[in-house]
Amino acid sequence: MSISSADSNFSNMTDLLRSIISRVYAESPHLLHVLYVLQRQFLHISDEAIREVAAHLDLPTSQVDAVVEFYSFFHKIPRGRYDILFSNCTSCGYLARGVDLMAMLGQQLGIVADNTRGDGLVSMGQTSCIGMCDHGAALLVNGMPIVSLNAAMIARIAALVEAETPLEDWPAGWFQVDDNIRVSGLLLKDDLSAGTGLRAMLTHGAADTLSEIIQSNLRGRGGAGFSTGMKWQLCREAQGAAHYVVCNADEGEPGTFKDRVLLHSYADSLFEGMTVCAFAVGAKQGYLYLRGEYRYLLPHLQSVLARRRELGLLGVDILGQPGFSFDIDIVVGAGAYICGEESALIESLEGKRGIPRVRPPFPVTHGYRGQPTVVNNVETFIAAAHIVLRGSAWFRAVGTEKSAGSKILSISGDFAAPGIYEYPFDVTIWQVLDDCGAKDAQAVQVGGPSGTLINSAEFDRRLGFDDLSTGGSLMIFSQARDLLAVIVNFAHFFAHESCGFCTPCRVGTVLLKNGLDKIAGGHGTRHDLDEMQRLATLVKCRSHCGLGQTAANPILDGLQRFPQAFEQRLVHRDFEPHFDLDAALEEARQISHRDDAAAHIE
Amino acid sequence: MSTDTKQNPIAQNTITIDGQEIPFLAGQTIMDAALAAGVYIPHLCHRQGLTPHGSCKLCVVDTGSGSASACTMPAVAGQRISNNTPALNEVRKTITQMLFIEGNHICPSCEKCGDCTLQAMAYHLGMLDGHFPQFFQRREVDASHPTIMLDRDRCILCELCVRASREVDGKNVFAIAGRGINAHLVVNSVSGKLVDSDLETSDMAAHICPVGAILIKEHGYEVPIGQRTFDLHQVSEIGLEKTIPTKVRQPDE
Ligand SMILES: Cc1cc2nc3c(=O)[nH]c(=O)nc-3n(C[C@H](O)[C@H](O)[C@H](O)COP(=O)(O)O)c2cc1C
Ligand code: SF4
Ligand code: FES
Repeated sequence: MSISSADSNFSNMTDLLRSIISRVYAESPHLLHVLYVLQRQFLHISDEAIREVAAHLDLPTSQVDAVVEFYSFFHKIPRGRYDILFSNCTSCGYLARGVDLMAMLGQQLGIVADNTRGDGLVSMGQTSCIGMCDHGAALLVNGMPIVSLNAAMIARIAALVEAETPLEDWPAGWFQVDDNIRVSGLLLKDDLSAGTGLRAMLTHGAADTLSEIIQSNLRGRGGAGFSTGMKWQLCREAQGAAHYVVCNADEGEPGTFKDRVLLHSYADSLFEGMTVCAFAVGAKQGYLYLRGEYRYLLPHLQSVLARRRELGLLGVDILGQPGFSFDIDIVVGAGAYICGEESALIESLEGKRGIPRVRPPFPVTHGYRGQPTVVNNVETFIAAAHIVLRGSAWFRAVGTEKSAGSKILSISGDFAAPGIYEYPFDVTIWQVLDDCGAKDAQAVQVGGPSGTLINSAEFDRRLGFDDLSTGGSLMIFSQARDLLAVIVNFAHFFAHESCGFCTPCRVGTVLLKNGLDKIAGGHGTRHDLDEMQRLATLVKCRSHCGLGQTAANPILDGLQRFPQAFEQRLVHRDFEPHFDLDAALEEARQISHRDDAAAHIE
Repeated sequence: MSTDTKQNPIAQNTITIDGQEIPFLAGQTIMDAALAAGVYIPHLCHRQGLTPHGSCKLCVVDTGSGSASACTMPAVAGQRISNNTPALNEVRKTITQMLFIEGNHICPSCEKCGDCTLQAMAYHLGMLDGHFPQFFQRREVDASHPTIMLDRDRCILCELCVRASREVDGKNVFAIAGRGINAHLVVNSVSGKLVDSDLETSDMAAHICPVGAILIKEHGYEVPIGQRTFDLHQVSEIGLEKTIPTKVRQPDE
């Protein structure tokens, strides 16, 4: 039953696999990192590789297998030597320029989406938002982002691929990702110079530092808005063999890219904030969970960490304070929006599928490896670093009582100046639109697809935890936008990203997606709208975690605020079957290479 | 019954389900308390003695502060829970329909017919059809094991077998792989086949499947249709399920 390693066919490959696995694991003991290297080197993760990883890491084969199949960037079938993934976001997706750039590239390379070409040179597909929404259409090639795509670039990309030009020799400007900071407020004015926050903190001591964070009224910037001081205090008070600090840099919400900018240009403030938290809760180890799409930032982040270690800001006895030891490790994800949910993130850190845990208990008492853990967003840690240096009153002076401080927004969509805008909380949507120069907005998606879709009658609403809450995404849709197409796009996103754990979301998001496709395809009836409403409500109310609980928001908001977007596509019959005879023939047409009139049924 | 918890000392360790006062012990979930009191809350992925899972969502109830899964939510003194209401049973029926249409359930030709908890749940909730269009997913059958059959067409991803194997059998035969609608049961063996795993007929994991995804071979149709578990019992009879998984059922039972 066991595969003999002496089998001459496999012995070379087996040895190679073993040496790679042991080298990578020694450098960085994380399953995701081992799998990443194998994927890059062999363009897929074979059954044998899975067995070898399981043996070396002492994990069940089924766990490694399950992880490989869970994350979008791991494959059991080989990808091309150039693996191209177009973002499919409404802001940085392949349709963002009004033409189908993916189809264009596919035509030039002779390849259909979601396939690897016969010669193994290239594979092409789509992936959820890659956080380049301020740069127009974007893609990842072998994990590296190329931004501001246009038709001319697509032609050049096709030529570079065919010529097998190494990525290093592609135009360097294509890979340039700018910050695009348009409005700076409280936090963006400067990156804290290394150590200033920590020195301030050490003079106050841990208890005072914590009470300063509590008094600042800082609330989480990742979306849920839980009191940061309270979270830290609960963690500090929780009993455990070790305490952990985790930074959530998974930033998967379509339309959000502010953490990308913060990681790129404010990394010192971030690590400063994580170190402050470690001091306050008594943690020795921290993790930065970086989304796989931002892997290109890894060398930069590693160098900032290395510099901080040299400066004595990380490591043993930080700034000469005896017993204050803390260090930060970076773990890179592999394409799964659900890993932004804090307990799924922790599962992922532990080398498992990103399945949200049952709560209670919460991470503050039972987090990473079952120990008390603080999980905070990038921006939250940065705000905390500033508060320690400048005081809680400085922070509270901006914003409102319930929503203190500022919010860093990633604004994208149909206007000229997409980018980063930092505002005091309580700013109106009107004000934001005005500053952006967005003149003819018909709708704004606040907080990304999981947030709220509002119409122009509501533009006097305010950003804040008591009205329009947002993790940072703001998408502006002009009068020219087909809103139904936007809602369909979001429904596809959630169905693709559902982790599959609970029935309402696993099945419900697919049913919602199919139902919307039916309506958008001109086959929907009034009955389908009623069904959609009923199903959307069920998915929202009965799902296990925030993904399912918000997945139906765009549909419910759309039905309520933009009913005409749906109604104008309806056919006026009582019933129209889901089954489409012509569509069902598609597979037969592909097999027989026919697309003539006689191969279709009207 | 007093509605003011402050004036009622008993309310310190009781909850109410549909108005009925039910005692609980510290650490119990709503489901634990309900079952102990003989109150049925529909469930598929829950089995007493195994770690609660909270995935099927058949057990959704409404607490004052929103929806909760009874099998994982700790009972808290004074909780007022709605359970057996038309609205909740409608939700549960829809969820049951979801489970039917995502898999390939052909009840009349399934050996588990009449012993299947999913089918019994459908009857219990008055489900007359799948309602939604079938997904017709391709799912793998594994007939490699000499005495145990795995037909993933019928798997509802409840992870009862996963947990039974880990927690009761002391093995680790099953796991779920894949994401979203592609989630599927995998076998922890070098080949991924059941024959290469250490699953044995005497394992709880070989018997716990509430549907017909894991079946014991060579024991087909020993009990005639009409005399099977749910021909004789309601799915809502409490404690019933405990008799099913522990042994191979004999023809005369
Ligand atoms: C599906 C889903 C995705 C999420 N993605 C993120 C994310 O990318 N970044 C983030 O900071 N929080 C995300 N969250 C929220 C986290 O669960 C958690 O609340 C947050 O990291 C806590 O940090 P904060 O208090 O600083 O906001 C997500 C939640 C859900 C349900
Ligand atoms: S709601 Fe969706 S993402 Fe969350 S646990 Fe359920 S299936 Fe997974
Ligand atoms: S029985 Fe509670 S979720 Fe399945």
